[in-house]
Amino acid sequence: MKKTTLLYLFVSLSIFSTAACETFLPDEPADDALLDGPIADLTPEQNALFLAGDVAFNDEVFTPTTGLGPTFVATSCGSCHAGDGKGTPFSTLVRFGQNDETGNQFMHLGGPQLQNRAIHGHTPEQIPSGAPFAQFTPPANTGLGLLAALADEQILANADPLDKDGDGISGVPNWIHPPDYFKPQWFHKPQNGRYIGRFGKKAAAIDLLQQTVNAYKQDMGITSEFDLEDPINHAVSAQAGDAVADPEVSTAKVNAVVFYLRTLKVPVQRRPQDAAVTAGSQLFLALDCGKCHTPEWKTPQSDLPVLSNQTFAPYTDLLLHDMGSGLDDGYTEGTAKTGEYRTPPLWGLGLSKNSQGGKLFLLHDGRARSVDEAIRLHGGEAARSRNLYSKLNDKDRGDLLEFLDSL
Amino acid sequence: MRNLYALIGLLLSQLAGYAQSVPSAPTDPSAVSKSAVTDSAVASPGSPERVISPSVATTTKPVVADSTPMPKAFAELFYRDSTLRKGKPEQGMLKLNMDATYDRPFLTANKVPVSVGGYLEANSQYMQTDGVTDGLSFQMRRLTLFLASSINRRIKFLSELEFEDGTKEINIEFAAMDIELTPLLTLRGGIIMNPIGSFNQNHDGPKWEFIDRPISSVTIIPATWSNVGFGIYGKKYTRDWVWAYEAYLTNGFDDQIIANTQNRTFLPATKANRDRFDESFNGVPLVSLKTAFKRRRIGEIGVSWMGGVYNMFQVDGLVLDQRRRVDVWAVDFNTTLPTGTFINSELVWARIDVPATYTQQFGRMQQGGWIDIVHPFLRKPIYGWKKAVINGALRIERVDYNVGTFAETGDSLGDDLWAIVPGLSFRPSPTTVIRANYRYHWQKDVLGNPPARMAGFQFGFSTYF
Repeated sequence: MKKTTLLYLFVSLSIFSTAACETFLPDEPADDALLDGPIADLTPEQNALFLAGDVAFNDEVFTPTTGLGPTFVATSCGSCHAGDGKGTPFSTLVRFGQNDETGNQFMHLGGPQLQNRAIHGHTPEQIPSGAPFAQFTPPANTGLGLLAALADEQILANADPLDKDGDGISGVPNWIHPPDYFKPQWFHKPQNGRYIGRFGKKAAAIDLLQQTVNAYKQDMGITSEFDLEDPINHAVSAQAGDAVADPEVSTAKVNAVVFYLRTLKVPVQRRPQDAAVTAGSQLFLALDCGKCHTPEWKTPQSDLPVLSNQTFAPYTDLLLHDMGSGLDDGYTEGTAKTGEYRTPPLWGLGLSKNSQGGKLFLLHDGRARSVDEAIRLHGGEAARSRNLYSKLNDKDRGDLLEFLDSL
Repeated sequence: MRNLYALIGLLLSQLAGYAQSVPSAPTDPSAVSKSAVTDSAVASPGSPERVISPSVATTTKPVVADSTPMPKAFAELFYRDSTLRKGKPEQGMLKLNMDATYDRPFLTANKVPVSVGGYLEANSQYMQTDGVTDGLSFQMRRLTLFLASSINRRIKFLSELEFEDGTKEINIEFAAMDIELTPLLTLRGGIIMNPIGSFNQNHDGPKWEFIDRPISSVTIIPATWSNVGFGIYGKKYTRDWVWAYEAYLTNGFDDQIIANTQNRTFLPATKANRDRFDESFNGVPLVSLKTAFKRRRIGEIGVSWMGGVYNMFQVDGLVLDQRRRVDVWAVDFNTTLPTGTFINSELVWARIDVPATYTQQFGRMQQGGWIDIVHPFLRKPIYGWKKAVINGALRIERVDYNVGTFAETGDSLGDDLWAIVPGLSFRPSPTTVIRANYRYHWQKDVLGNPPARMAGFQFGFSTYF
């Protein structure tokens, strides 16, 4: 082979490789196509903390030698929140033991959460006989920091327990007894020693620390300084915790995960200028969907500047609403009634399929397989809006669904 | 059953015949050294060429000369290019993947019965996953040292010490003694490579046109998979074909295969257990069986299985659990087409008895495979390399770590990937390869969500020394 030929070949390959770097390497998905990623304008130090939390949340897999179990539901945070999105029936939790405001009557039998899996040498739990229970599909994590930054007074401003405005929609907070480690912030307004819950299907967690500590323990059987007891199967005699010394996760790691959850970005609405989306948005308000799925909020001053004075659109009021007998599973938490659920945020709804295996599992237990079905399963305080939705013509219904898909 | 009796009969007749003809072992070390490291062949599946090279002594004589022109040409080339060996390379013997352990270039000195060798592979890579890259990296993947010796004309020893990723992992991948009773019955003991699939037996970097090892071979099988144990192997030659078998009992897997940070059933997790070279995890040996058949001008096919118990089912006589098995099957095939195109492939299946109370995240069934197509499109003197070769190569691979369906929904479990790897390689000498690969792969999580797309370029070399 001539040297010049080789030279041409080398130069051609070099040019090809340079061009290929642009052409043949997979692009980053558009910002509005992902739920994960940090909120804008974090400082370098905050980015480092976010990354530490990201690794702990998405990459750390617990094993029997690192504290998993002895009974558990999942082996990692990411197992239930793929891409920080919603979970599936595979990761759906079962809570049991409470059906009124008097509290959980089955704590001595493993309440409030069923650990349906176990490490070697241990037996998974079963729902105790006679215990009320419900299934909860893991929610998405996006934008939680902004919801956590809202003041109680803002939430209470939307509450209408006695339905004084006569619109058929009440809305009440879930008042929760705080755990020992809870540290009230300036924006918390207790009532008889209880605080407003914001997170979870029944709004049973006051803040993201409580949510995180509970998830470590109840979902993975991981103890922390905040809660040093492993979940065990109380129905099996001589049952004990695992062989790993407690705490099984450091306080620094728990705090990193909390910071990660606080600083996850807000879902970016797609196609906001699309005519169908715009029309659907107006229908959403016209059907009074926005009375519970409150479109817009603004945070007050926060200890994190990136969370201060932010206007955002989660489409939730963080309050409990009666959803009717069809969705009443007979189980509850805090002061919520069994038929009451916290209004779930709708942001990120259109990306749910990307974390649910290409399908949809909506409502609190994933029973609705489409947005349309989820709307039609609304009852109680939402019955009027559901009926109005049912009467929409095909185009209007399509516009409304298009709007919801854009979120 | 009739076939088993026939096989036993064949073995016995070979033994009987051999007992009458076995020569006395040489006592003169020089006699040993003359037979050592002189007559074997490197099967080079990553390259379309068959490279005849020296190896540790074997008394197995080829029945016929290989009439395939290409191996002969490269045997001569190898012989001329190498400064590491002496003696005429022996030609014509059909080589199988199982022969790869000893089919390596070794350096030996006059009258010294010990030979040394090794290989090195390093590369750079620039990979990107969904738009996110860690930039350009340089990797020192492996430095492997061989030390071999012919203790007797029919007793040989070879060890393989490997440094992976610098000194991140240091492993004795092979350290075994072979005692040949007849060609059909050789005893082997020590740290052996379990004969499962082809890659685990034939994995030296310089033999391959691809920088990354086949994914299913290293994450399901899990190559390089070696253990302490004993067993037998043998070969039967005729004019145009060779048949071989291997059978070993070794230490095996442990429960880390379903208790690991990969969040999936992951057989390589057992390799973290250094005690496996000291004692069996549960006292039950891992059984490995392989048979391979090669027909001249058609190719080689191998069928293999290994299976055993992976969990600690009892301690001090107290039963803790039922015995839980892991079984791995593999089929491998390679051939060279009349065009010179070399095709190499391997399929693997693994079945793991995961407790029903454990999460479905950990697969009960895994499967995967790959096919390599390597075509030499230029054989010419280049820059003084008299018979240099430039190959075009393509690998397609697939791995499914969790075959089955979700109990809750009946939907298929994900946790799988596809990969395609086109590449170019330049072999200035058969023992050295400079290679450039482009890798693109799609990997889905267990839920079957949209796949993570990873792609990038790799450039590196690998060479025997």
